[in-house]
Amino acid sequence: MELTKLTACKAADKIRKKEFSVPELTQAYLDRIGELNEKIGAYITVCKQDAGKQADNIQKKIDNNGELPLLAGIPAGISDNICTSGVLTSCGSRMLSNFVPPYDATAVKKLSQNGAVMLGKLNMDEFAMGSSNETSWYGQVKNPLDYGRVPGGSSGGAAAAVASQMACFALGSDTGGSVRLASSFCGVVGLKPTYGAVSRYGLVAFASSMDQIAPVTRDVADCAAVMNSIAGHDPLDSTSRDYGHEDYTLSLKSDVKGLKIGLPKEYFSGGIQKEVKEKVLDAAKVFESLGAEIEEISLPLLEYALPAYYIISSAEASSNLAQYDGIKYGYRTRQFEDLVDLYKKTRGEGFGEEVKRRILVGTYVLGAGNYDACYNKALKVKRMIFEEYQNAYQKVEVILVPTAPSTAFKIGEKTADLLDMYLNDVYTVPVNLAGLCAISVPCGFDSSGLPVGMQLIGKPYDEGTILRAAFTYEKYTGGNGGIDCGI
Amino acid sequence: MAITKEDIERLADLARLNLTPEEIEKLTGDMETIINYSMNKLNELNTDDVLPMEHVLPISNVFREDICEKSFDREEILKNAPEKAEGCFLVPKVVE
Repeated sequence: MELTKLTACKAADKIRKKEFSVPELTQAYLDRIGELNEKIGAYITVCKQDAGKQADNIQKKIDNNGELPLLAGIPAGISDNICTSGVLTSCGSRMLSNFVPPYDATAVKKLSQNGAVMLGKLNMDEFAMGSSNETSWYGQVKNPLDYGRVPGGSSGGAAAAVASQMACFALGSDTGGSVRLASSFCGVVGLKPTYGAVSRYGLVAFASSMDQIAPVTRDVADCAAVMNSIAGHDPLDSTSRDYGHEDYTLSLKSDVKGLKIGLPKEYFSGGIQKEVKEKVLDAAKVFESLGAEIEEISLPLLEYALPAYYIISSAEASSNLAQYDGIKYGYRTRQFEDLVDLYKKTRGEGFGEEVKRRILVGTYVLGAGNYDACYNKALKVKRMIFEEYQNAYQKVEVILVPTAPSTAFKIGEKTADLLDMYLNDVYTVPVNLAGLCAISVPCGFDSSGLPVGMQLIGKPYDEGTILRAAFTYEKYTGGNGGIDCGI
Repeated sequence: MAITKEDIERLADLARLNLTPEEIEKLTGDMETIINYSMNKLNELNTDDVLPMEHVLPISNVFREDICEKSFDREEILKNAPEKAEGCFLVPKVVE
């Protein structure tokens, strides 16, 4: 049996039945990382020894027939913008290339309480700013299906690791689509929880009004299991909250009879790859054949979501990233004349190009002369988008759209054209702006064999319905499964 | 909106970012592209009667009792300091 091919739920079951041990499973993943990480670049840090110790501890509990938590013994990777006590948390940036947090993020603490084994920290676009994982100080992550292509971003390491069986599941972050886009490009499942579902304590801030920690998994059942482990109110994040259905696995039912699914026509026109459109429309037919009611709807504000998102997220980023000053932690320049010079050189040397660009955009739109015309304008458009979705949910329960306009593109293909790069997020940012939840699920391959992802978008706090729809679809079609990567 | 090299230099100064001449050159063009694309698009919409929306959720301030709790150890926090001395962060002279 190839242990790394098992989903988290299946592996957890077999561990309970003592078909194999936690150290065996953990070692299988570490071996896989040893063979593949150099080629794919998914991990920045691999916690070999710690993972081994954690695995031994959990196995001891199993041997003593102790009560086992949900994810007992399941090896996971954590994005490098989520704080891990005693382990480098770089955010893919030179600025934090020496930052070792003295505490765990709440989501990490909860995973560890639930018995997960941390394999290491995953590569990502610098400070989660990017769509292709090309902006990391630690180098490009490669798509496990084609090393010449990007894995999507910013949580490219998370999606690549899960797809290539270097992690059983992973935690990434989703501010404008990072987890969904990367999951779509790598052929795995990624969920953006409703804002507030998962505590942000210990997630390094990018755009605080939209950031959410988000699971990347092999299948929908794993996604629900991970959500069960990490969701819920946390006194350390006052925007987090409980909202009723803490057992997400209750939604794993194969039933979409009578479910009203909306297809917004705007998401299927313009610069969309033909095969992506076809595969998502095929998925709609599958839902229809299973008893769902498909309805064409219209969300004409789609084209305004991206510019609003870039203004708002850059404004928040410029404010959040002001904390990196070279004083208390992180990188500090070697030579400087005075305090201001220290700040400027530290930040000039510590941040990469994309981060600098967004800090400048944010500084511009928050400036006294532009605040109203730019930042406030974007916040007004945000309200219009929010209301447009609210209205759509009067008619339908779920909205079905592509996750991205295309499948994974070639490394370097879009770095020269900023707007072309930003357009990757065109279908994902409305979800963050409007405070919705969404899951990206594989729905086939294009003619080059690259995975296509579809997005099921739900009302705020309605993860249950999108998980149920995704589960039903996956069960019917069989899902994509893991990728062998030639070894 | 035209964005000039001087604009970028002023913004970089406000944001405390040292930029090389090459970076200023490139970022001037980039900024003009991003700001013009975004604002031209957003300005197509009439928002006269719309209130800005900061948060999508009905979020209000959360209070808690003012209780003394154990916090991080000083040494633990200083471990990440680029420079430290005698239990403090070391910084260049600030007051003349």
